[in-house]
Amino acid sequence: MEAFTAHTGRAVPLRRSNVDTDQIIPAHWLKKVTRDGFEDGLFEAWRKDPGFVLNEPARAGASVLVAGPDFGTGSSREHAVWALQNYGFKTVISARFADIFRGNSLKNGLLTVVLPQETVERLWELTEADPAAEVTVDLVARQVRAEGITADFSLDENARWRLLEGLDDIGLTLRHESAIAAFETRRPSHKPSTARV
Amino acid sequence: MGRTLAEKVWEEHVVARAEGEPDLLYIDLHLLHEVTSPQAFDGLRKAGRPVRRTDLTIATEDHNTPTLDIDKPIADPVSRTQLETLRRNCAEFGVRLHPLGDVEQGVVHVVGPQLGLTHPGATVVCGDSHTSTHGAFGALAFGIGTSQVEHVLATQTLPMSPFRTMAVTVEGELPPGVTAKDLILAVIAEIGTGGGQGYVIEYRGSAIEKLSMEARMTVCNMSIEAGARAGMIAPDETTFAYLKDRPHAPKGADWDAAVAHWRTLRTDDDAVFDHEVVIDASALSPFVTWGTNPGQGAPLSAAVPDPASYEDASERSAAERALEYMGLTAGQALRDIAVDTVFVGSCTNGRIEDLRAAADVLRGRAVADGVRMLVVPGSVRVALQAVDEGLDAVFTAAGAEWRHAGCSMCLGMNPDQLAPGERSASTSNRNFEGRQGKGGRTHLVSPQVAAATAVLGRLASPADLPAGPVLAA
Ligand code: SF4
Repeated sequence: MEAFTAHTGRAVPLRRSNVDTDQIIPAHWLKKVTRDGFEDGLFEAWRKDPGFVLNEPARAGASVLVAGPDFGTGSSREHAVWALQNYGFKTVISARFADIFRGNSLKNGLLTVVLPQETVERLWELTEADPAAEVTVDLVARQVRAEGITADFSLDENARWRLLEGLDDIGLTLRHESAIAAFETRRPSHKPSTARV
Repeated sequence: MGRTLAEKVWEEHVVARAEGEPDLLYIDLHLLHEVTSPQAFDGLRKAGRPVRRTDLTIATEDHNTPTLDIDKPIADPVSRTQLETLRRNCAEFGVRLHPLGDVEQGVVHVVGPQLGLTHPGATVVCGDSHTSTHGAFGALAFGIGTSQVEHVLATQTLPMSPFRTMAVTVEGELPPGVTAKDLILAVIAEIGTGGGQGYVIEYRGSAIEKLSMEARMTVCNMSIEAGARAGMIAPDETTFAYLKDRPHAPKGADWDAAVAHWRTLRTDDDAVFDHEVVIDASALSPFVTWGTNPGQGAPLSAAVPDPASYEDASERSAAERALEYMGLTAGQALRDIAVDTVFVGSCTNGRIEDLRAAADVLRGRAVADGVRMLVVPGSVRVALQAVDEGLDAVFTAAGAEWRHAGCSMCLGMNPDQLAPGERSASTSNRNFEGRQGKGGRTHLVSPQVAAATAVLGRLASPADLPAGPVLAA
């Protein structure tokens, strides 16, 4: 997983609450066999509307999603996180995230930032008025900064440390490499092997 | 204080332990199939990681494989892509694969034990909830998600939080005609589909000790239907006899060392379980489900229950919904329920003993008019054995369809499905809405009940059949 220290980018203001994972990535995309290529499925139904914010030419290349409260409710599909990342989002800001979505996002290196709804409103106003406005999400300082806005956020220490270090579960386990190797030398020879006989 | 079987196996596999963190457990055997592995391999590829222990990893194709025309290209493009992806991934990462058409191909939980790969005291994982099957050997075996599949491929370990232990003790003698399937359906009805949550269940007692290995697999297989993380049975002479001389069983001095160790894998007399359930085997009878979860079952001699009889409001509304979906009315005798389809197969009841049991009932009899019966062996090896014993001829003579090995109608990912409103008696493990096809209605049964049901066209046990022209076996 890529380390996350700080990110600055243009934003997509998504003035909708209760965005569930079926809206983020519809079920028919789950038949895919990769973690890549979900970008076209992201918000698929809404994108059919030319007026949808993601379709505005000025939003191309934006990497910060500023969403309404209760983002990521519904099914536990990890594909919702992959779709956001595949599209190019590095971070999502909302007043409240669904638990499973939040867990999945942090496991995959997508930083989900909780800010008060008033701050989200101010970010919406700023980025709607000026699509070129940049938003900085600074995990080291635990702060979101944009023109005229400075807002602190909190994140549990273990999750923050993993993101800063870019450690996924596998990366963390591989820190025990020598313990794993030592365990392997102790395994009795009668243990099962799938090597062809 | 003494330790339970599950705790002993756990302790033997702890690679790293730290206060406030899950234990890091070593995994002895990792089984793969085409549905839950693609994103895991993709993750490895992105991170540039190899499969750490290809010699502890094996793959087979089962969920999507057709059971007819297996020599032709697979018609459904999504199924075909999943199989092709598995083949590519296994070739790229050096993982042993038994594809469609291979003599060792079959349902992943049938293949592992028959190759002698599932050992007592081993940790076994697979991206599939019915991995609990392997607990029949005294292995600690549990299903995992795709992220965990990737984790095991990369590290051969898993961070795991501790579980609680439950003993299900079954004493006494199973009455004639009552099988391991009836036993586990009765256990699930007793403890409920959530009753095992957070637990590893150890099945013990004289009735369990008398079961064959295949019957023990049927029991452990459905532990997940009680919500348990895993099911286990202590290894004994039956286990050792089953394993001896299988292709991947230990050989020579390794065999002796292994058996000596396996004999220590028993719950200590002074060990304490977090929860205990006791079942009287002699009181059991053929058991079938009437609802849409495996806990909604009753003896075949009973009637469809009246939802109003449930004290608990959520159970009552679940029963109401289930009866509506199943198209049944309260008070209707279970024996009066007519079926369209009978399915014998799956990792629950697709092994040779299951096919023999079904064939014994069908021999010299015929499947009722208008009833379709599918017999799907759990693996190619099972199929070959059945052909050797002439069981396929028994099935086809009775009018049943003899198919190629795979998951088939257990979950309807391949073309074998129920049509909307169709009703089946099925030896599989899940009667969820739509599990066997959109709108399909499933009654879970034993192989014997399945066969008798096929003959009469309505839910029945072999005892219900007229003593007809049954030929000697
Ligand atoms: S037979 Fe059924 S339960 Fe068993 S692995 Fe296949 S789909 Fe899953």
